Amino acid sequence: MINSRFFNRSELMGFIALAAVLFVILPLTLDVFRLNLVAKYLTYAFVALGLVLCWGYGGILSLGQGVFFGLGGYCMAMFLKLEASSVENTKIQSTPGIPDFMDWNQITALPFFWQPFHSLTFTILAIILVPGLFALIIGTAMFKRRVGGTYFAIITQAVAAILTILIVGQQGYTGGINGMTDLRTLKGWDIRPDHAKIILYFVEVVLLFCCIGIAQFIRLTKLGRILVAMREQEDRVRFSGYSVANFKIFAFCMAAVFAAIGGAMFALNVGFMSPSFVGIVPSIEMVIYTAVGGRMSIFGAIWGAILVNFAKTSLSESFPQLWLFGLGALFIAVVLAFPNGLSGLWADYVQPRIDRLFGSRKPKSDWNGNSVADGAPAE
Amino acid sequence: MFGDYSLGDLGSIFVMQGFAGLILFSVYVLMALGLAIIFGQMGVINMAHGEFMILGAYVTWMTSNFFQAYLPSLFSGYFFLAMILAFVASGALGMLVEWALIRHLYKRPLDTLLATWGLSLMLQQAYRSVFGAREVGVELPQWMLGSLQVTDSIEVPINGVFVMCLTVLITVAVAYVLYMSRWGRQVRAVVQNRIMAGAVGINTEKVDRYTFGLGCGIAGVAGSAFTMIGSTGPTSGQLYIVDTFLVVVFGGAASLLGTIASAFSISQTQSTLEFFMSGSMAKVLTLLAVVGILMLRPQGLFALKVRK
Repeated sequence: MINSRFFNRSELMGFIALAAVLFVILPLTLDVFRLNLVAKYLTYAFVALGLVLCWGYGGILSLGQGVFFGLGGYCMAMFLKLEASSVENTKIQSTPGIPDFMDWNQITALPFFWQPFHSLTFTILAIILVPGLFALIIGTAMFKRRVGGTYFAIITQAVAAILTILIVGQQGYTGGINGMTDLRTLKGWDIRPDHAKIILYFVEVVLLFCCIGIAQFIRLTKLGRILVAMREQEDRVRFSGYSVANFKIFAFCMAAVFAAIGGAMFALNVGFMSPSFVGIVPSIEMVIYTAVGGRMSIFGAIWGAILVNFAKTSLSESFPQLWLFGLGALFIAVVLAFPNGLSGLWADYVQPRIDRLFGSRKPKSDWNGNSVADGAPAE
Repeated sequence: MFGDYSLGDLGSIFVMQGFAGLILFSVYVLMALGLAIIFGQMGVINMAHGEFMILGAYVTWMTSNFFQAYLPSLFSGYFFLAMILAFVASGALGMLVEWALIRHLYKRPLDTLLATWGLSLMLQQAYRSVFGAREVGVELPQWMLGSLQVTDSIEVPINGVFVMCLTVLITVAVAYVLYMSRWGRQVRAVVQNRIMAGAVGINTEKVDRYTFGLGCGIAGVAGSAFTMIGSTGPTSGQLYIVDTFLVVVFGGAASLLGTIASAFSISQTQSTLEFFMSGSMAKVLTLLAVVGILMLRPQGLFALKVRK
């Protein structure tokens, strides 16, 4: 058994399969346009990964991941927008040197909170810290008062609604409903041509694997065990002397940071950011990716994000009428029949056959031991 | 901001703005009543609640078209029949959904949220396929148009008054059903202790089904009332769902009185603020205040005192 500490056998297979598909197969077989679409899907995989930690392991269902996705995306987009709005590029405006939508809204000077986004270092820090701190505030306020479950879900949803209304309403500062469009360069390097898209894709995949590593590390430490224990029997963990609130806040913040990284990569890969990726609908869709892939499985959630988005693109292109029916039916089916999602199906039906095929002597104790510890979702 | 208005004008503005708030309040109460029954009593997060409301709105629209085409003489009274039809249609759909979907998920409240979200997507698409993507508006009968002149500077629209009367009526009816009737006692017994309620001979499955149906039926009536003050599209329901959930949570989930109080305070805050700033900022501030208060007082305004 290679690397038995970090990945067990089936996880190692999942890791290799995902790496092979993302690093080799997709770049070799897809044209740049499709590869860029995959890059867009993968930005949601970051969110799904965070949700595995926060929802699958911690049992905290957040319906506000779009908020963090959006905050990360907007931080990145603000930097790119400022670079695209240099004085030479915006000569025709009445106030050159500020983003075009500000000019259209009769704003004549760059607002103070835009100023620091001239610096890339600050932007990268902001992508991590702004959503992280925001999650910390929400999490502290909620979990310290032992608010959880459905109440937490509804309140995060309200936060998503508030942020969307705010972004749409403050057109002069945020670009309004159209969002920030026409992003061009990153430190002078054009992000629009094909070769840049390919490089950005690989940067994103590497980042995704870093995040997978972090998530897997958290899962295997005592922290991950406590998260599972908390989800199953919160009171017992509390009576054992652990501060349940702090662990929940941690899981929520991690999920927020992952989502923000995804959002930032979205702004880079897709080339714009708009409030339609922030609100209630995208936030719930992000939860759905995780549910379809399997809320307990890191790799499952990533496949869920890729496959659901792929289905969404291809089905909504060819059957716009049927697509929403299909999506709705998928949610209902996943919730009713397969609460562990695709990864649950895999572990129940495909994995045993593979093990038999390879004549493995002790597959049961191996991956089953793991899945027993992880447990089924809280019922 | 007050400088330009005389004291009398200001008074009238507040009264009329307050009245606009009361219409919003009525819609909130009607939406929230159904949700308070479903979420507060049963613990089910029904994300498709807005779509049940829209079903009521479409039923009303169809009834109004029917009356216009075939019974123009009775057109002035079509609304009362439409409301009953809306209640029956939404209630029946609700009972069907409870039987097919919700009853499997009572032990997993968070999953009801996902499943009903899927349901809401399907319903939206169904409305779009059947009624078209464009918003539809109903023709109001003559007596509902126009407004009542209260003083020289204050006038209130008649349809608003009608919606408010309707709200009061439905609220009283729901309160009576839940707190006075035998069936309401059964509902509350099942909510408090399902196993014991079953042990003393209450058919808990049946109670669940009718409770869910009642909640959805009230949503249908809310949609019916909604057509009088706005137009209806396939996705109109989604606009209200978060607000409504906040109203219910803010009021304290299990308390009918709390729901009404919170609907009142939220709608009044919003419509008063709307006069002084843009609609979106008014909404942001209102929602922020609600979320802030909920963070300080998670149990809501009126918490049911229970021993834990």
